[in-house]
Amino acid sequence: MTHTEGALPATGAAGVAWLLVALPLLGAAILLLGGKRTDKFGPALATGLSWAAFGVGAVVFFQLLGNDPEHRELHKLLFHWIPAGGFNLDAGILVDQLSVSFVLLVTFVGSLIHVYSLGYMAHDPDKRRFFAYLNLFVAAMLLLVLADSYLLLFVGWEGVGLASYLLIGFWNHNPAYATAANKAFVVNRVGDLGLSIAIMLMFVTFGGVDFASVEAGAPKASTGALTAIGLLLLLGACGKSAQFPLQSWLGDAMAGPTPVSALIHAATMVTAGVYLIVRSHVIFNLAPNAQLAVAIVGAITLMYGAVVGCAKDDIKKALAASTMSQIGYMMLAAGLGPVGYAFAILHLLTHGFFKAGMFLGAGSVMHGMNDNVDMRRFGNLSGAMKITWVTFGLGWLAIIGFPFLSGFYSKDHIIEAAFEGEGWRPWVFGGATMICAGITAFYMSRLFFLTFHGKKRWNDDAHPHESPLTMTVPMMVLAVGSAFLGAILWYAGFPAWLEPVVGTHEEAAGPVLPSLVISLLTLVLVAAGAALAWMRYWRDEVPVVAPKGSLLTQAARRDLYQDALNEGLFMRPGIHLTRSLVYGDSKVVDGGVSGLAALIGGTSSRLRRIQNGYARSYALTMLTGVVAILGLVWVMS
Amino acid sequence: MSGSFPWLTAIGVVPLIGALLVALLPGPAARAKQVALGFSVVTLVLAIGAALQFKTGSTDQFQLTEQHSWIPQFGVSYAVGVDGIALALILMAVVLAPVCILAAWNDVPEGGTREKNYFALLLVLETFMVGVFAATDVFLFYVFFEAMLIPVYFLIGSYGGARRQYAAVKFLLFSLAGGLVMLVAVIAVYHYGPGGSDGFLVQKLTGALHAGTTAQRLMFVGFFIAFAVKAPMWPVHTWLPDAATEARPATAVLLVGVLDKVGTYGMIRFCLQLFPEASKWATPVVLGLAVISVLYGALLAIGQTDMMRLIAFTSISHFGFIVLGIFAMTTTGGAGSALYMVNHGFSTAALFLIAAMLVARRGSKRIPDYGGWQRVTPVLAGVFLVAGLSSLSLPGLSSFISEFLVLAGTFQRYKLAAVIGTLGIVLAALYILLMYKKVMTGPKPELSSPVADLDWREKVVVIPLIASFLVLGFYPKPVLDLINPAVKATLQHVGVTDPAPTIASGSTK
Repeated sequence: MTHTEGALPATGAAGVAWLLVALPLLGAAILLLGGKRTDKFGPALATGLSWAAFGVGAVVFFQLLGNDPEHRELHKLLFHWIPAGGFNLDAGILVDQLSVSFVLLVTFVGSLIHVYSLGYMAHDPDKRRFFAYLNLFVAAMLLLVLADSYLLLFVGWEGVGLASYLLIGFWNHNPAYATAANKAFVVNRVGDLGLSIAIMLMFVTFGGVDFASVEAGAPKASTGALTAIGLLLLLGACGKSAQFPLQSWLGDAMAGPTPVSALIHAATMVTAGVYLIVRSHVIFNLAPNAQLAVAIVGAITLMYGAVVGCAKDDIKKALAASTMSQIGYMMLAAGLGPVGYAFAILHLLTHGFFKAGMFLGAGSVMHGMNDNVDMRRFGNLSGAMKITWVTFGLGWLAIIGFPFLSGFYSKDHIIEAAFEGEGWRPWVFGGATMICAGITAFYMSRLFFLTFHGKKRWNDDAHPHESPLTMTVPMMVLAVGSAFLGAILWYAGFPAWLEPVVGTHEEAAGPVLPSLVISLLTLVLVAAGAALAWMRYWRDEVPVVAPKGSLLTQAARRDLYQDALNEGLFMRPGIHLTRSLVYGDSKVVDGGVSGLAALIGGTSSRLRRIQNGYARSYALTMLTGVVAILGLVWVMS
Repeated sequence: MSGSFPWLTAIGVVPLIGALLVALLPGPAARAKQVALGFSVVTLVLAIGAALQFKTGSTDQFQLTEQHSWIPQFGVSYAVGVDGIALALILMAVVLAPVCILAAWNDVPEGGTREKNYFALLLVLETFMVGVFAATDVFLFYVFFEAMLIPVYFLIGSYGGARRQYAAVKFLLFSLAGGLVMLVAVIAVYHYGPGGSDGFLVQKLTGALHAGTTAQRLMFVGFFIAFAVKAPMWPVHTWLPDAATEARPATAVLLVGVLDKVGTYGMIRFCLQLFPEASKWATPVVLGLAVISVLYGALLAIGQTDMMRLIAFTSISHFGFIVLGIFAMTTTGGAGSALYMVNHGFSTAALFLIAAMLVARRGSKRIPDYGGWQRVTPVLAGVFLVAGLSSLSLPGLSSFISEFLVLAGTFQRYKLAAVIGTLGIVLAALYILLMYKKVMTGPKPELSSPVADLDWREKVVVIPLIASFLVLGFYPKPVLDLINPAVKATLQHVGVTDPAPTIASGSTK
């Protein structure tokens, strides 16, 4: 019933793909329930289980490679999950090219970050709890991508949200961090409102919420229903992936320990929205307006993040703005339809490597700088932290699209794809992606130069030093990925590998500009952005205290007033509403009902005397009532 | 055991015998709570035995039935029996009873007669809870319905907090007002029914009321008001926060977790089954009240400063969901509501009891008196968060499945009501996480004396509740298998069928 059309029953390693979820979940359970007894071996166990999940993922991947392209969609029914009246849903695992791509990203980067955390969190008294949450996250994220239905996906979806909440608030003795955790969860719930209603609408429209039923039913459904489902899914994706207008939580989420920022808030969880859109490509292909909305949201967030990223002096918040902007690229690509799906996922994978690598690099810098995050207090760290400098540098070159590094392959193709189509769209979307490539080069170069080059600006109490091997080795591995993953995936034919899942792109007119022109223009803009950053943040003196800046800079520093807007629109009116309701409940509702009761019973004092707590008068009242009414009935009949 | 063993009577009588024994135990140092716990465990074992006798494939609406003539002149019988919903609720009640008794272990430290009476009252309450769900005679149901008030009244009024008298009287006043209205309707039902010496049997009354539209509607309203007060729904909810905060936590759990379910259970059993046309007539108003309850309860919860009142308001919101699913009149919504009743029992029990463990350590129910307690009692903080996540229906926990089913089932017929109801999930995140933040996060507080984390007794209280979230979230099938036939039967009495998926009904492009 939940069997995906054309999916084969999963055998071999794919048949036990549920181990991918179960292994890290087991780790989380042991570490959380085992208590202090597991303090000693817990972190190592969690790391081991994460690698074990990667092992299973790799075996499943090679099994898929062994099948011919048409038979790489495998399904495993696990058990009858919810048989409730008209709603019947089985729990199952769907292994296909898309989910396996995510599995490898999540388990590989996730495991590297487990290793990194062994060093980064070595002295934290709650280290065991941290690793338990990390394992919980990996399990939930794998459930999200392996689920065979929207409802099971939703379990993973909010599961990663929970892990994110727990890890943002990991140091919640700091009230600001606890607030950041709450903000992330609540904003995500607003998105989940959309996802929930989308699932209900699918149930009402298709009679089922598994991917197979939805895909089979979509061609028969009305465009209106499909558009509504698409827009609601987009709302869910906006929450999880910090896209406009639900982007406000991501910057604050940097309160979490830096490995968390790398794994959850850069490489994997925040990209789940892109996964959702691509997984639902059948719906979006049939609902062009919803698809257009995806592209618009992507374009807005792309620029939003880029503008904010130019103004932040906090290294993690600058990286967070960049993440938002890069996911905007992916979202925009997903909104382009079949021409963009594969590139969205390609960029997602390369971004997972280079952004995670840079976040780990940022963590390494903070490690050596007494947890300082103000880039105006860094400068010229290249000498003191050579490995961090080189690995971060590769990530930086990758993200700005330096030729033949990873980001070049993924981003350049998105820009080219955005220039395809008719009317205003190629010019707007293509223009946005191209201009933002230049801005990206500016803000990422700014970040890199402020941190590693120019003059040293740190105080004498800081003694920058290179981090231990547990931290630098994962950074090196990710740096290698930042450099070569794009080329490898591209020349291995990643778009073709994904094609059976996301469909073929019928060759249309092609881009409105020749490809070579697009590439050259992009390169010129990138070079200009990097050069401008070089002049201002390497060559020139950088003030330790931020100058006042233009109105736009001031606005960008405050995230374009997103928090002020949310506070004015929702928070203050909400507080006012609850306060008046609490007052009204005791004075109006309670008073009204009590008053009515008193009116019926004569005076309230007389009523109170009747209800004086003595069982006998209570019983007497009842008895009197029964007798009176029985008598009445007898008289009437 | 033979098929004629009176399972339900036995489940009801065992706690009553226990109550008598506990009350009559000699000497001040008697082992009142140990005996009470023992009897509640025996009851639980019996109920599991009864559940094993229950056949989910049966065509009879009620199973494990017993019937004896009681007052034949008025058509009253002692008749008990259960369908899947009633059985699930009885199972929930008898699981919660020993958990509550264990949680109440140190509620009456002075001991003596007062302690004996306390645990005896809890057992008496258990008897009535079983009876009210098992009764298949409308009058017998009414008797249990009203009789429940007596132990609860004393449990609040004699053992509660500072304003216990006010809360107890308010509780009684509301319940009694509702009950008296219902009594009129109960008698009218007999009057319009087929009559005879067993004229109060639900089976005999179903589809056999010879009453005009107006009379049917009046009878419906009579039952509904009583159930709405009990559930409780906006605007007759105001007794609950007072009762819940003044009662001892164990009493609050049984009150909110079990007794209030009699309201929503009664809507399914009596309102829908006996008055199908009137139920359809009232649906728009009831759905409106349900949606208001969902949002109102949640908003009020956000604004509370007293932990117990906050939890009580979350329940008002949750009861709104349950009523929504019942009156959506779809098999999905109905199954969701019935499952919700079970899940909410465990979920609310966990919230009340764990909050009470916190209160026992700090001596205050006021949220602003806390802060940073995760650093003081990490395990307590952890289970408190899990209970909270259950209340906000985190996917993966049992409450999510029931809440989703309610909303999806409602969405099939009433899209607007479902969409507005779904707003509740954002508000739920706010009321739980804001409370957690104020109580548990922040710098470690300076306490005058050291505070210990959960002891073994408290862990034993918490474990079955949290286990239920996980087990029923992962594998709700056993409970749904019980519930599904009962929901289907009820909706057949009402005469409604589920809307077909839109792609199958031809309304395509």
